Amino acid sequence: MPTFDYAPAPESRSVVTIANSYGLFINGEFNDGHGTPFDTINPATEEVLAQVSEASTADVDRAVKAARTAYETVWSRLSGADRGKYLFRIARLLQERAREFAVLETLDNGKPIKESRDVDLPLAAAHFFYHAGWADKLEYAGLGPAPRPVGVVGQIIPWNFPMLMLAWKVAPALACGNTVVLKPAETTPLTALLFAEICQQADLPPGVVNIVTGAGATGQAIVEHPDVDKIAFTGSTEVGKLIARTIAGTRKRATLELGGKAANIVFDDAAMDQAVEGIVRGIFFNQGHVCCAGSRLLVQESVHDDLVHRLQRRLATIRVGDPMDKNTDLGAINSATQLARVTDMVAVGEAEGAHRWSPVCELPSRGFWFAPTIFTGVSQAHRVAQEEIFGPVLSIITFRTPAEAVAKANNTPYGLSAGIWTEKGSKILWMADQLRAGVVWANTFNQFDPTSPFGGFKESGYGREGGRHGLEGYVTTGGAR
Amino acid sequence: MSERVEVRKTFKLYIGGAFPRSESGRSYAVHAAPRSGRSTSSGSNTGAFLANAAMASRKDARDAVVAARKAQPGWAEATAYNRGQVLYRVAEVMQGRSAQLVDEVAAAEGLSAAKAALSVDTAIDRWVWYAGWADKLAQVVGGLNPVAGPFFNISAPEPTGVVAILAPQQSSLLGLVSVIAPVIVSGNTCVVVTSQDRPLPAVTLGEILATSDVPGGVVNLLTGVTAEMAPWLASHRDVNAIDLTGAADASNVSWGELEAAAATNLKRVRRPAGEAEAAVEPDWRLTPDLSRMTDFLETKTVWHPKGR
Repeated sequence: MPTFDYAPAPESRSVVTIANSYGLFINGEFNDGHGTPFDTINPATEEVLAQVSEASTADVDRAVKAARTAYETVWSRLSGADRGKYLFRIARLLQERAREFAVLETLDNGKPIKESRDVDLPLAAAHFFYHAGWADKLEYAGLGPAPRPVGVVGQIIPWNFPMLMLAWKVAPALACGNTVVLKPAETTPLTALLFAEICQQADLPPGVVNIVTGAGATGQAIVEHPDVDKIAFTGSTEVGKLIARTIAGTRKRATLELGGKAANIVFDDAAMDQAVEGIVRGIFFNQGHVCCAGSRLLVQESVHDDLVHRLQRRLATIRVGDPMDKNTDLGAINSATQLARVTDMVAVGEAEGAHRWSPVCELPSRGFWFAPTIFTGVSQAHRVAQEEIFGPVLSIITFRTPAEAVAKANNTPYGLSAGIWTEKGSKILWMADQLRAGVVWANTFNQFDPTSPFGGFKESGYGREGGRHGLEGYVTTGGAR
Repeated sequence: MSERVEVRKTFKLYIGGAFPRSESGRSYAVHAAPRSGRSTSSGSNTGAFLANAAMASRKDARDAVVAARKAQPGWAEATAYNRGQVLYRVAEVMQGRSAQLVDEVAAAEGLSAAKAALSVDTAIDRWVWYAGWADKLAQVVGGLNPVAGPFFNISAPEPTGVVAILAPQQSSLLGLVSVIAPVIVSGNTCVVVTSQDRPLPAVTLGEILATSDVPGGVVNLLTGVTAEMAPWLASHRDVNAIDLTGAADASNVSWGELEAAAATNLKRVRRPAGEAEAAVEPDWRLTPDLSRMTDFLETKTVWHPKGR
């Protein structure tokens, strides 16, 4: 039987120019950091893309001072309408240079170009566009009387959606009149550094956005800095707790978007092929490097075998490989460290007795790769059912009744997201009420929008990003408390 | 002719709808405040002996958390209309017992009868104010999100769960009501450490709650030493949030340490009012904003595709 293979369809990388080395973006210009420079690599090839400065504690202090000065002398004095116009400019610049950003994101992160091109960048621009309009309307946002900015905001973002997380953080902060010191993740700093150029092209006043690169120590310096008024963090629950502990007893505020172990629940009356697509989108989107990934599939016992069969058939068609290829579905794991973590957890799953399955797929010889993987025969006590793996690994658990599905879904310290698949409307609404999760996708999964608040219950963190709710973390209001 | 010998009340805890003594068997003497004096919980309520209050222990606090957890799903599932009526009922029953409360608040806080009466009236009115919020809050803080795609997308608030509350040290009733009502109106249940030196109006409030259709376990009241119980509640893994308002003026209580302990399970923390490390008790006479309600809410957003 003839097979119809996809011809290679590589996106051109000529649209981006990557410098040999990058400094820190402080007070509107690039200058060298005083820490130890580090390399950022393409996880699909292990090629070194650039050398990046590490911000020392003194560098972070410079950035905070620049942000404070910009806050007091310029940004907090600007009218909301003018702040908004800067944000509109940024949104437009991002749209104009979207392809460049998408290619750079894929090179630095390893995600498929079709995702960076069709999801990350359009959404990042949309976040700036959405928040631009809020800047002069904050008194109508129902946040309380006389909303005022918080001040200087320290923002620490992860490597899974580098540019999108930057937009989630920077856009609301600026719209509300705050200034920013942002630290991108150490494995994916390049799009944030390119964003610095956007700030320059937009003539954003110097110091309003400062970008400092580095790893945990740089982040810690931001969190501990006494002149930072608020921390916005997306990352692991472990680090989130550390931040909460560090700022305890101060007046520093925090919003934390942390880990998850979402249950994607499929009932026997679901539209099965749609559910299969939703499951794939839920756990294999972005290599499963998604805090709200549907990493636990709860399937009603009567349809378990049928669903697993359909899922296996579907997974056999997933194209794993060159992230720059426009046909690629599953790209590279972001780093050697993350690959080791995923590999270890999968070994744990096997050792605990769950049954592992992956489609036949050839993985590139260089770079960091992991085949899409499902575990059947998983029990609630298995670590692969409890711990966040943050990779393309799905744990399948069965249930018999809706009540059992709820109990199993909620049996986790996390509470970020959940999925429900059934054609029965009343069951969707009942389930949605019962699930302790901040985002519930019914008959869909992994949808995001700037107008839609995102954030978790329980140990998935606190605060919301996006929508009217997302503004709350960036304003203080008058009135009796 | 001799005066009638008064029948005095035993002041007990309020846990799970019942009025137990402390499992520890301990009690402590409660004294009246000097007239118009502020107290600290180091014991400057040095007036006449009023009563012995139960001195709740860490085990009582844990029992109270168990009771609050048990009551929480049912209370959250009650309709907002129903919760609003229950809160209004508290105001009704409180009004009927206002004379007793005025006496107790006057003694506890060193106020004139007139000032105590004003404070009690304000406390009753605060229940009425919050009662009305029960079936309005979701519309005010939730709503439809106009996402760029064929989806129905809606955000609505839900109660955080079990909330530990350090009640204010100074304002024994108005302050107490002002921290409890906003927490329970949305469907949370709570474990309250009352004012250490001024606990008696809280016990009477417990009796009012018990006869106001508030289900047992929704509000649990612990009298005793704030510094003894607060760390256990702050680090308790089955408590979802903590209100540190009553850390102001509480002796041997560091709100920063409590906040750090609360990070164990990422409790939602409401810090005490004040600047920097200083904690001050708010002016409870002012009409509050929504933050005492919204600090103990979670926003849930639900998506569903639209199609034919």
